[in-house]
Amino acid sequence: MTFVYLIVFGFAATAALGLVTSWIDRKVTARVQYRVGPPFLQPFIDIVKLLGKETVIPAGASRGTFLMAPVIGLAGVVAAATLFWVNQFFEGGFMGDWIVAIYLLTVPSLSIILGGFASRNPLASLGASREMKLVMAYELPFILATLVPVIWAGDLSISGIIENQSDGITAGHLSGIIALIVALLCVQAKLALVPFDIPEAETEIVEGPLVEYSGPGLAVFRLMKNMLLFTLPFFLIILFFGGMRLNGINILWTLLEYVGIVALITVIRNTNPRVRIDQAVRFFWGPMTVLATAAVVLALNGI
Amino acid sequence: MSLKLKALLKSPWVFHLSTGSCNNCDIETLDCLTPRFDIERFGMLLAGSIKHADVLLVTGSGNRMSVERLKALWEQVPKPCLVVAIGTCAASRGIFKDSYNCPQPLDQIIPVDVYIPGCPPKPEAIIAGVVKLIERVGGSQ
Repeated sequence: MTFVYLIVFGFAATAALGLVTSWIDRKVTARVQYRVGPPFLQPFIDIVKLLGKETVIPAGASRGTFLMAPVIGLAGVVAAATLFWVNQFFEGGFMGDWIVAIYLLTVPSLSIILGGFASRNPLASLGASREMKLVMAYELPFILATLVPVIWAGDLSISGIIENQSDGITAGHLSGIIALIVALLCVQAKLALVPFDIPEAETEIVEGPLVEYSGPGLAVFRLMKNMLLFTLPFFLIILFFGGMRLNGINILWTLLEYVGIVALITVIRNTNPRVRIDQAVRFFWGPMTVLATAAVVLALNGI
Repeated sequence: MSLKLKALLKSPWVFHLSTGSCNNCDIETLDCLTPRFDIERFGMLLAGSIKHADVLLVTGSGNRMSVERLKALWEQVPKPCLVVAIGTCAASRGIFKDSYNCPQPLDQIIPVDVYIPGCPPKPEAIIAGVVKLIERVGGSQ
């Protein structure tokens, strides 16, 4: 059964939905820029094409780490997605899996850092070191913001958080709304999208840590990012909107929440310039941490 | 046609390489990425790194300094890779045919798949050339 959960839901369903989400992202971007945009199957074709290309390993690179990094990242996102699917639809999960989820969602960023440092390219190392600073910046407010639903539910397990929202969602409270805003901005940084695409800044350090990756390695990294584009909004829906409900009219409501979050992320990424790394760190450790702390205090007082 | 090539033709990521052009061809190439022409319709993206590229868009007459870089990049690009020569200079060296600085035409250095003449070629001509290349490679298999 674990195998079915991991392969069918954790990998296949997440990958399919992630690729569709990536198409929505690219199409909305195109429409914002008054373009037509790519066809529906484009993200899928990109992955298939990259799998068929040659793998070039740069001279002097740490071969094993360079090839293992994408697999580690994919494993992390598959494990996190499996945890959410199981908690949402199969009444699985265990005590304290919220903590495990937070850990697993950091693994993709760590794999990018590993891959960047292993590829022996100055641009990749620069991107990896920026990614490292960004992870340290957004993790604190992200954990504080996701603590608010835990306080409301009084339970550390994800299934407990979903159950306790059946009579009122977290985003219905003032502290929930503040935490949701902070979590959304942290998700933007977790996905490395503009204005926090500092590690991958295409115009200055050409894709950063991914600069030396070609063929299957790049395909796995792209797939990982696309799956993360589904997994993180899924996590937000579980925490703040009481999970995905698929009975009756609720299916429309769930779809609206999901597409709304994705569209919001895309619009933020299309209407903002990139910030510098010091500005990003100041932003997350300053206003975002203060807001998240305020939300935690409000939640503890029942507001 | 193999799945590998089929997918390549549906999502050719282009890498833009200037080997000593006067920049007019480069400006026209970048024009193709603007909303008016929007080559993302065909799944094309501008790749920042040579390791991500499927199609090399080469402009310029290939002078002594840049030919070395061109060879290095051709060795680094993951195969299969297609090459498009944009502009008269890349196609036949143009007015620099007898120049001391342009010893060889591009197609004697790396294999070229399609030539797009013009000084500079219009964005429409570049897109038409790439579409013809896709048709030819797809049809010849």
